[in-house]
Amino acid sequence: MEGPKVQLVVTCLVDALAPHVGRATVSALEKAGCDVEFPRDQTCCGQPAFNVGMVDQARDMAKHTLDALDTTEGPIVVPSGSCAEMIVHHYPELFEGTAREEQAARVAERTREFSQFLVDDLEAGLRAACGGCSIAFHYSCHGLRGLGLDHQADELIDDDDRVELVGDKECCGFGGLFSVEMPAVSAAIMNDKLDKVEASNAEVLVGSDVSCLLHLEGGLRRRGSSVAVKHVAELLAGDQP
Amino acid sequence: MSQPVSFLGRAEHLIGTKEAAAVGRGVVRFTAKRDKTVAEFPVMEEIRDRARAIRLHSLDNLDRLLGQFADQLGDAGGHVHFAADAAEAREIVSGILDRTGSRLAVKSKSMVSEEIELNEHLGKDGVEVVETDLGEFIAQLADDTPSHIIAPVLHWVRQDIGELFAKELGVAYTEEPTELNAIAREHLRRIFLEADVGISGVNMAVAESGSVILVTNEGNGRFTTTAPRVHIALMGMERIVPKWEDAAVILEVLARSATGQHLSVYTNVVTGPRREEDHDGPEEVHVVVIDNGRSEVLAGPTAEILACIRCGACLNVCPVFRSVGGHAYGSVYSGPIGAIVTPGLQGMDPWWDLPYASTLCGACEEVCPVRIQIPSMLLELRKQAASEGRLPGWLEAGMRRYSRTAQRPEKWARAKKWAARLTGPLSSRGWIKRIPGPGRGWTDHRDFPRPAKESFAEWWEKNRGS
Repeated sequence: MEGPKVQLVVTCLVDALAPHVGRATVSALEKAGCDVEFPRDQTCCGQPAFNVGMVDQARDMAKHTLDALDTTEGPIVVPSGSCAEMIVHHYPELFEGTAREEQAARVAERTREFSQFLVDDLEAGLRAACGGCSIAFHYSCHGLRGLGLDHQADELIDDDDRVELVGDKECCGFGGLFSVEMPAVSAAIMNDKLDKVEASNAEVLVGSDVSCLLHLEGGLRRRGSSVAVKHVAELLAGDQP
Repeated sequence: MSQPVSFLGRAEHLIGTKEAAAVGRGVVRFTAKRDKTVAEFPVMEEIRDRARAIRLHSLDNLDRLLGQFADQLGDAGGHVHFAADAAEAREIVSGILDRTGSRLAVKSKSMVSEEIELNEHLGKDGVEVVETDLGEFIAQLADDTPSHIIAPVLHWVRQDIGELFAKELGVAYTEEPTELNAIAREHLRRIFLEADVGISGVNMAVAESGSVILVTNEGNGRFTTTAPRVHIALMGMERIVPKWEDAAVILEVLARSATGQHLSVYTNVVTGPRREEDHDGPEEVHVVVIDNGRSEVLAGPTAEILACIRCGACLNVCPVFRSVGGHAYGSVYSGPIGAIVTPGLQGMDPWWDLPYASTLCGACEEVCPVRIQIPSMLLELRKQAASEGRLPGWLEAGMRRYSRTAQRPEKWARAKKWAARLTGPLSSRGWIKRIPGPGRGWTDHRDFPRPAKESFAEWWEKNRGS
């Protein structure tokens, strides 16, 4: 079945720090039959400013993002629950009662997190390919609690490949700039999570939000751990860990 | 004892300590019980909606309900006092103690008494106040402060409690909870019988009957409010509901959310002093209704926080609280709720950083029995802190520059190039071990990914661009 034309919002972190995840997202979407477009003017959705309380700066970035997206067509797909939630929930809040209220609502309406789009909208039937490795899946908070993404991982990853991760729906401690402002606290939460990841005996830690994953991967590297870290798009694109 | 003025400073002292580990174990027990009980209660979600509606309705009608409460309690022979701030509340209590010639008081658990620092001030007046909640009793013996709103010594391990009792009470060392409990009970029994005054908190007041409800698991609340001649109940002014049927709804969610019990062991109701036909009970009942900053909160963007029923569920699920414990918050109210209540009641100075002590993971809102939108309110307070210019200079200036750059795609592309170029020498195999400047804290604990030489946007332009 021919899939729709989709607009990829790659997120600033993927763009600058993990472009391989962006490329994997494109491959996975194309495997699902999508015609992927990349709105060129996209930069950052404004979430970092929003979360530290600098609302004016966040609103400016949101305006820029809205203009970059509103001229395009089709679903807007974001490989991050956190950035998707920013657009879906916080843009309408930021522009409530302003001239951009309708624009924000239009763009929010079109926006989907990557795994949500594949599973719920496309019902694409893609499965993660991992060559028999054992996977621990970490649910990122904004996707899970912000957008209600709780069943997508089950659809994308075979039960046989998956090991139990205790506390898989608990926060990893990243929290955006929280990890820079309160690094010791962020790391204490992270290390508790990583203890559980290592105790799960998983070979690969998989998630759907690069922000949490980069933080966790950085922690695993510092510990000298052999656990690999992958965004679910990488497994769907068929990349071997 | 002076303590660091920032959340991070206090937290750094606690991370990795025995205290933090005890908190980590304790909260897991609480959440497991809470989750189990909630799962077994099919109408929980509906009751949460009703509880929320009741609390919000009560806040909207606070003046009327408090007036009705005072009238009803007056009819029942009790006295209601209104205190604008902590000093006034303490004066009211001192006045009652002086008039009744009381020099020894027993107290059951009351967060608001901690908020107004009652014990310290009464101590200066020569009045001894003995805590009778087991956890509060331990904290008082050790000259420690409570760290959790329903489990004051969650940060203690029982071996240390055994040693404390041996040292302070002259008993043989034991670490058996039932024996420790029996020791405290025996010690407190004599004091209960000697005390002239019982001081309690109020979990909830019922306007239609002028009653106050106390929820405890140890029976000390009932003893405190029946044995002494005078009962003084301290109550935050928001802790009221209109009717008994409303109170019943709140009780349905309170213990379930707090400890995973259907109801607490004791649900104690006090409606005025003892009547002729009563076998026991105080001759005088005073309820001190305390504002102490609440009116201002009620008029502001975080008013909804006053709907809180103090179950502590948000503390137990909070990843930050779990890692550092309640003392990191530096004030009486800890955890997500404390991060909103404390700046609200005591001002942003020095408490502005508490709302930043959160990853905004949303676990708190998920369990809150009255569905308080905690993350939204943390963001609201962050907005206030930022607009008051409280953010560190590097963060504020950096974010302004970041925002400007993000609105100009060509500049954004150049910035990415520069980031990759500048971090090249710092990195090895795609990761950076040490970042200089404000990002230093990140690499104290974990590697940082090197900005890519070819960004995704560049790759797209080269390979897919038309």
